[in-house]
Amino acid sequence: MLDALIQGILLGGYYAILAAGLSLMFGVVRFINLAHGDLAILGAYLVLFAVEVLGLSPWVAVAAVLPVMALLGWVLQATLFARTIKGGFLLPLLTTFGLGAVLQNGMFGLFGSDAKSLGNHIGNLSWASWQLPFGITLGQLPVITFAVAVAVLGSLQLVLSFSKLGRAIRATASDPEAAELSGIDARAVHRAAAAIATALAGLAGAFLAMRALISPYAGPTQLIFAFEAVVIGGIGSLWGTLIGGIVLGVAQSFGATISAQGFQLAGHLVFLGVLAARLYLAHGRNHGGWRAALRLPRRAPSAQIPSTVTEGQP
Amino acid sequence: MIAYEIERWTRSGKATLVAAAAVLLVLAMLPALANGLLIDKLTTLFIYILLAVMWNLLAGYAGLVSVGQQAFFGVGGYLALRLVDAGMTPYLALVVGAVGAGIVAIPISSFALRLKGGEFAIAMWVIAEALRIVVMFDPLVQGETGTSLLALNALDPDLRRNLTYWLGLGSLALILSVTYWLLRSRIGAAAQAIRDDEEAAASIGIDVMRIKQIIFVLAAFGCALAGTIWLASAITFLPRTNFGVQWTVFMLFMVLVGGLRTFEGPIIGAVIFFLLQTAFGGLGVWYLTGLGVIAVCFALYLPEGLWGLWRQRIGIDLLSVGVLFRPSGDRPTP
Repeated sequence: MLDALIQGILLGGYYAILAAGLSLMFGVVRFINLAHGDLAILGAYLVLFAVEVLGLSPWVAVAAVLPVMALLGWVLQATLFARTIKGGFLLPLLTTFGLGAVLQNGMFGLFGSDAKSLGNHIGNLSWASWQLPFGITLGQLPVITFAVAVAVLGSLQLVLSFSKLGRAIRATASDPEAAELSGIDARAVHRAAAAIATALAGLAGAFLAMRALISPYAGPTQLIFAFEAVVIGGIGSLWGTLIGGIVLGVAQSFGATISAQGFQLAGHLVFLGVLAARLYLAHGRNHGGWRAALRLPRRAPSAQIPSTVTEGQP
Repeated sequence: MIAYEIERWTRSGKATLVAAAAVLLVLAMLPALANGLLIDKLTTLFIYILLAVMWNLLAGYAGLVSVGQQAFFGVGGYLALRLVDAGMTPYLALVVGAVGAGIVAIPISSFALRLKGGEFAIAMWVIAEALRIVVMFDPLVQGETGTSLLALNALDPDLRRNLTYWLGLGSLALILSVTYWLLRSRIGAAAQAIRDDEEAAASIGIDVMRIKQIIFVLAAFGCALAGTIWLASAITFLPRTNFGVQWTVFMLFMVLVGGLRTFEGPIIGAVIFFLLQTAFGGLGVWYLTGLGVIAVCFALYLPEGLWGLWRQRIGIDLLSVGVLFRPSGDRPTP
């Protein structure tokens, strides 16, 4: 049990890296990128290509691929995403779904259908572990992934809090028009956010390929996991993605102890459960239900009542 | 003050209905004349049109953008399998299975419809995945291996092909009629009001949840019908295929290319998709890549689709789902 818990927490690190980009895009650009998982797989294939064909060492390959992915994200935002954002909520979904189909089938055509892994290029790291007291085993790769996740989120936090770009990103996220008025080029900010998000997707893909087999059609499953982590942790919250990732990872890890299919099912159920609980709590807040029942002080009515819970009520 | 009269039946609308009835009649008699391959192909086309029309009803008219409609496609097929296993006549089971999927959609709707935009879209996908995994636990389905609707193999192949074809045609006629009637009814108008501004719609007394639920359950039933017809023509049930997200990708493609928020658009999109698949399907992944490229191009340059373009240029609706106001006494020739 303890083993499953620790593995789940460490798995959460991977999900945090994967989900951070998705969350950033949603928070800053208000854009849902359904090709995020496919971009992660593309990053993994690029790293594999750099290692197997160009003969780079795996970590150098990862370092080389990240700028390429960032550039790709920048270009995608400049050419594709920016044009669709004006079309409301539906067009970005359609566009990125189409992009996902292009990426999946393009990768299938270019790299073949064989499931591949970076595992046999990183020496004993793929199975090496540290032994702790009480019979606890810590895999080195999961620990490194988790440490990288914390480092990535920490540096993102520093960039957002203290750099000029970070200020521009925060300003654009809260009000694009007002940011434009004060001299911020919102489109440039969006492109920067897309570059960061896509590079993070590539980084996540590289870590995925180190511990598991990847195939051209693995992207959508990763996208679902990333979304679950984002929603569980709270949309648009940076450290929330780590918490969401850990919750998801722990759920999956416990689910896997029950059956092989339980891995995914447990994650899905926790995600749906969190959504349902959130709806229920919001409903209670609006109607004074559970707060009244628990004799808690009523909150001041919020100016922004989520419309999700007002619908259908007489 | 000019007096207006309301026109609900344009001349082109009446002509189109007559033409549609004639096409239906010809299609119904086709198995007597055409060869088996054509019948099989047309059955596939009916499935595509069903899917496209249902997704357009959901996303285009009610604003419910779901990427999880494969849930009902799969559940319909699965329920049909279960019913046949319990001894029901196969073709009855196909219809009852689809009805069952519609009933499954009711509890799902009361949860999912409270979610907004992106959360709704993704939650539907997650629900589809969760249902797939649950179905895979059933020993009848044998996990990844899947199973077959063997009861259909007992029938003569020609008879089976024709029965599946008629089931497809009948389902299509039923769903198209119901959708057309629904869109012209108060429910259709209310759904579009909700899509355009939910709070405004609620403020004028529209029961938002109920309207959404009606549309959601009908769309689930339609997708499930497509799923059971697919099961009857493919015989095999593979959880990863029947619950595959590719069905929703196809729906998106057809609706986007044909024209979102029009009645005719999805039908045209389905025919185009069908023709593309017949012509280029042999190219495999590069064909699918091409579909993705086409979808992206349409989203960027022609988001209103081909029928939307036609309407802008020519200005003729074949079937009007709206209400036309005309100054009375001044009847323009259409």
